[in-house]
Amino acid sequence: MNLSELYQEIILDHAKRPMNRGTLDNATVTVPAENPTCGDELTLQLRVGEGRIEDVRFTGQGCAICMASASMMTRAVKGKPCQEAGALYQKVHAGVQGTGEMPKGEISALGGVREFPQRVKCALLAWEALREALGIRKGAGGGSVVTTEEE
Amino acid sequence: MQALRPLGAEIRDEFPILDQQVHGKPLVYLDNAATTQRPLRVIEALSHFYERDNSNVHRGLHELSNRATAQFEEARERVARFIGAPSANTIIFTRGTTEAINLVANSWGARFIGPGDVILLTEMEHHSNIVPWQLLAERVGARIDWAPVLGDEGLLDMDAVREKLALKPKLFAFVHISNSLGTINPAAELCALARASGVTTLVDAAQSAGHLPVDVREMGCDFLAFSGHKLCGPTGIGALYGRAGLLEAMPPWQGGGEMISRVAFDRTTFKEPPHRFEAGTPDIAGAIGLGVAVDYIDELGRARIFEHDAALAREAYERLAGIPGMRLLGPRQDRAGLVSFALEAVHAHDLVTLANEEGVALRGGHHCTQPLMRKLGLAASARASFYFYNTPAEVDRLVETVGQIEKFFRR
Repeated sequence: MNLSELYQEIILDHAKRPMNRGTLDNATVTVPAENPTCGDELTLQLRVGEGRIEDVRFTGQGCAICMASASMMTRAVKGKPCQEAGALYQKVHAGVQGTGEMPKGEISALGGVREFPQRVKCALLAWEALREALGIRKGAGGGSVVTTEEE
Repeated sequence: MQALRPLGAEIRDEFPILDQQVHGKPLVYLDNAATTQRPLRVIEALSHFYERDNSNVHRGLHELSNRATAQFEEARERVARFIGAPSANTIIFTRGTTEAINLVANSWGARFIGPGDVILLTEMEHHSNIVPWQLLAERVGARIDWAPVLGDEGLLDMDAVREKLALKPKLFAFVHISNSLGTINPAAELCALARASGVTTLVDAAQSAGHLPVDVREMGCDFLAFSGHKLCGPTGIGALYGRAGLLEAMPPWQGGGEMISRVAFDRTTFKEPPHRFEAGTPDIAGAIGLGVAVDYIDELGRARIFEHDAALAREAYERLAGIPGMRLLGPRQDRAGLVSFALEAVHAHDLVTLANEEGVALRGGHHCTQPLMRKLGLAASARASFYFYNTPAEVDRLVETVGQIEKFFRR
C-alpha cells in the first residue's frame, strides 16, 4: 500500500503516543478548538510566565494528523519564549499551505498535508489554538471557539 | 418485451466515469449516498437540450420555447409517475431535497405552525431535515420533539413514536432511509400512525427514491422530497410532492416571474400549484435530465436495484465485521445499500484518505447527522454506499483495503 508523504512513521508515532496529553492545574490560558466539518476537537492549555511558555498540555480527539500535530506542537513550544512560539506558528501556517518552507526537524513531516488540501485543517488545528492562546489575531471576526474553517 | 439489462459489471458501459484509474488503481466508487454517477443517456439529454431546444419555458410563443416547455412539463409527468403521484400538479421542481424541505417549512410551516406547536423529528435526520425546522421553530415560537433511535442498530423507537404522535404534533418529518445508518424506516406505517392522530407528514426520500419502490399513495404521506443527483439525475434539481389539498392552501415562498397570474402596483395574485412555488426561470435542462433519469431507474426496476445494492451491503457488512476493532452502525437485518463503520484504531478521515490512495472512494465524517453521531459517541464514521453499477469485486477491494489500513495503524 502506498502510504505517501502524509503518514510518515514520525506522524504515526506521535498520533499513537502523543506528548503533553492531559490537563494543567495552573494554566494561565485555556483554548477550546474544533474542526466542525470533521469532528476533530481539542483543548489547549498553556502556563505562561515572564513571556515564556512554562508548560503546555492538550486533550481532545481527532485524526492521526490532528493528534500528531498537537503532540509535535506542544513539544516544540514547551519552554520557548512566546515570541518564538508565535514565529513558529507563522512558519508552520505558511509551510502546510505551501506558501513557505516548513521548519526543520520533526515538524517538517506535517508538510505532507500540502498534497491533501482537505487535511490541511487537521494539521493546523493545534497551531490555531496556539495562535489564539498567544493572543495573535487571525483577522477580524471569529467566535470564542477556535476553528480552522473559512470565515 | 425487451430483456432487462443485468445490473453490476454489465451495466457499467453506460457510466464512462467509472472506467478510470485513481492513484494507479481502478476507481471503486462507493460514495453513492452522497451522489450517484450519471449514465450517458442523462448526459446526452442535457447536451441535446442545449444543442437543439434551449429556450425559456411557459412564456415564449416561438418554436424553441414550445419545445422547452413541452419537455419541461413532460419531465414533471415522468417524476409524478415515478413516485406514484396522482397528478403532475402535485410535483414542484426544487434544487433538491434540502430546498424542498425549506419550501414546506417556509410556506406550509409559516401558515400552519404557530407558537407552542410541536414539530416531531427523529434523531436520525440529516441536517437538511433538522435545520429548516429549527429556523421555523425559532421564528414562530414552536418546539421540536425528537423520536429516539435505539443504539448502534439504529432502529426507530416505535413505542416512543406512537406516544409522541398521540400528543398531536403539527408535523412529523422523518427520513425514509438513514444516510448514516442504512436504516429503512417503515414509512407507510409511520404515515398511518400520524394520520390517525391528524398529524401532517413529510418524508425525506433522498436516500430511498432511487433505491426502492416509492409510491406516495401507498405510503400515504402528505409531503415527500427527493434529489435528482442521488438517482442518476443532474445536480441542482429535485422535487417536492405535496398532497393536492395541502399545496392549494399554501402561500408562495419566493416571489418573482413564472409564479404570478397578475401583478399590479398595489397587489399580485398567484398561479395555482405547482407554478405558485416555482419563481424565476427554473433549471429547465436539469428537470429534463431528471425526467430521463427517473425513467431509466424505472426501466431497471427499483425492486431489482434494491436487491442488488442490499446484497452488496450485506456482504460488506459481514466481511467488515471480521476486521479487528470494527464497530458497524445500523441494522444487521433489512439494511439499505450502505454500510457505516468506525475502527477503534483508525479515525475515519485517516481511513478515507488512505482508501483513496487505493482508488476506493468512501465518505468519512458525520454525514450531516451530527446529533445522531454525538448520541452514538462518535466524532466520525466511514461509509461505503452502493448502487446498481457496483460489483462484488468492488466489495472485495473495499474489505481488503480497510483490512490493510487497520493493520497499518495497529502495528
